[in-house]
Amino acid sequence: MVLDVQKLTMDFGGLRAVDHVDLHIQHGEIVALIGPNGAGKTTFFNCVTGMYKPTGGEIKAGRPEAEIQSIKGLKPHIITKHGLARTFQNIRLFPEMTVLENVMIGRDCRLKSGIIGAIFRDPRTRAEEAQVVKDSLLILDKIGLAQWANEAAMNLPYGAQRRLEIARALATEPFLLLLDEPAAGMNPHETRQLVELIRRLRDEENLSIFLIEHDMSLVMNLSERIYVMDYGKLIASGKPEEVKKDPVVIKAYLGEDVSA
Amino acid sequence: MTQRLHELRRSLLVSLWFMLLTFPIMVIRVNTITGTIRWRWSNLALIGIGSFVISVVWRYAMQRKTGEVRATGVFAQVGARVGAGAEKVRTVLDSPKVRVRLVSGLLAAAVAYPFLTSMYHTNIMITALTYVVLGLGLNIIIGLGGMLHIGYAAFYAIGAYSYALLNMYFGINFWLALPIGAALAGLFSLLIGLPTLRLRGDYLAIVTLAFAEITRLVLQNWQQVTGGAAGIPNIPRPQLFGMTMRLHQTTTFVYFIMLAVVILTIFVVHRLENSRIGRQWVAMKEDYIACQAMGVSIAKAKLTALGIGAVWGGLVGVIFAARTTFINPASFTVWESVIILSTVVLGGMGSIPGVFVGALVLMLLPEYLRPFAQYRMLIFGALLVTMMVFRPGGFIKKRRKAYTITEAEKQSVIEAGAEADEDTEE
Repeated sequence: MVLDVQKLTMDFGGLRAVDHVDLHIQHGEIVALIGPNGAGKTTFFNCVTGMYKPTGGEIKAGRPEAEIQSIKGLKPHIITKHGLARTFQNIRLFPEMTVLENVMIGRDCRLKSGIIGAIFRDPRTRAEEAQVVKDSLLILDKIGLAQWANEAAMNLPYGAQRRLEIARALATEPFLLLLDEPAAGMNPHETRQLVELIRRLRDEENLSIFLIEHDMSLVMNLSERIYVMDYGKLIASGKPEEVKKDPVVIKAYLGEDVSA
Repeated sequence: MTQRLHELRRSLLVSLWFMLLTFPIMVIRVNTITGTIRWRWSNLALIGIGSFVISVVWRYAMQRKTGEVRATGVFAQVGARVGAGAEKVRTVLDSPKVRVRLVSGLLAAAVAYPFLTSMYHTNIMITALTYVVLGLGLNIIIGLGGMLHIGYAAFYAIGAYSYALLNMYFGINFWLALPIGAALAGLFSLLIGLPTLRLRGDYLAIVTLAFAEITRLVLQNWQQVTGGAAGIPNIPRPQLFGMTMRLHQTTTFVYFIMLAVVILTIFVVHRLENSRIGRQWVAMKEDYIACQAMGVSIAKAKLTALGIGAVWGGLVGVIFAARTTFINPASFTVWESVIILSTVVLGGMGSIPGVFVGALVLMLLPEYLRPFAQYRMLIFGALLVTMMVFRPGGFIKKRRKAYTITEAEKQSVIEAGAEADEDTEE
């Protein structure tokens, strides 16, 4: 198991945005979290990645080869260093930095050089900088963005920006990739490419993938297990075909028939 | 044509409005002794014409800026020439050979400066260079780290007072005080940074402003230690191997110390800017949330920016105290912080040459505008407003030295990566 969440609860004042949610992800799985708008999916993500401090419950995560340990309430950058990397629902790139530099920031938590090294540029620092450029470029090449390496991130086409977010997350060497609506705003062609990319990453990079998505065809096509949330509670979970037929899920999405 | 007429009508309205507004103060003059009123109609005419002309010029410039109107005739030719010239200058400046020549030329001029001019001009230049360093220091915090800090003069004060006090009580000399003053400024910056780590934008600005005022008030009211508002007199000038120097020699000496500090600052800031730390700072400025999600410790990045930024304030503070031989809290008011902030914003946030030029302009201009002393602040204000409207990026806009790689380098890395992959598969 790479992620084990137990009874996770998040309150904002009197509002319970996430209510005792249990969820787990096995190594190499692609798992989706779905639900109507405002169901608490992104809040759940933010709790797992340390953006919010959960009110209650437990979150444990760890590399497949190591023991899983509690990451609840840790700072976001420590969780990232632990091996959970995320993307954002509304793209959050560093717009004026180049594509390459965006990925280099992702590498940052694996670097060691400090202020003294920066001022004196000793051989170790220089070697590290050269290595970062090389590593970042290889990641860009893998995601198919190498041709834009020198371009400012804000000048990329929309789909490429989404992929750059994934590349940047990949640069942190995660074991679990958390994608918050990766296909939002993409056209069908870009979405197909994205599905391919996610599958390829899972297979080649030894990753597990956890995604929030509204595009149902993508979710049904890509994920191996699905969790459904509504009003902060987990209302269903299971294989795509089971979830699709679950009356509770259909009710949550379409509303209750008045005459029934 | 109708549009032109429309514009002229607007300008006419503006001038009428101004005439009406200034009528009571500029036209009517009541002589209370004789009980008569003098109507100064000529003033009214001057205001009308003046505001009309300024309004027309301003409107035209604004339209040019938004691209609504294109220059025609002579103006177009001149504009094109200037544009092409600027482009040429830029490409010439980009070549390393020219840069080396330019920098060495500047350096030679800087070295020769005190010997070619009088002590008065050298002193002015020392002040200007002081503000270059202050601007570059604040630039680390604002331009790179993206934190709005409007209490930078506090670090300047801390540096100055640490030399003055350490010298008065412990007899510590200038050279020893230099690093101590810098370190103390950095330390105080960290102390104020720690509790404000969660603050951003305007909120941080308020705290830093308060910090600067508190520092000044402490210095002013702690009579027993700091001498209060009366300040500290008789601070020794910098020494060189115990040589006795006459005043103009000391001035030249301080000038060279200042020059060395400027060069050191530019070197260090340049190196930091293009390093892992600099990258963290820029990322933090561009997207705070994404930055921490990508594994960068915001707390660390913020504190390093605050600490390293403040060090320069402390350093030149020590030099300031040694140069003027007398300091008091009045030298470190909020106005001082505002001036330093203006050099950064006016020069170009985050740009080293920009801040350099900004500080020189802001310091030298008022000095040489002394003949127009009455209108100094007016010109200064007009310059600031015009700059912010027409060149919001500053005199010299920051051009990031982005990590760019050539196509050949890219290919070689990618191919090497592909080979490595095959090796592992076999």
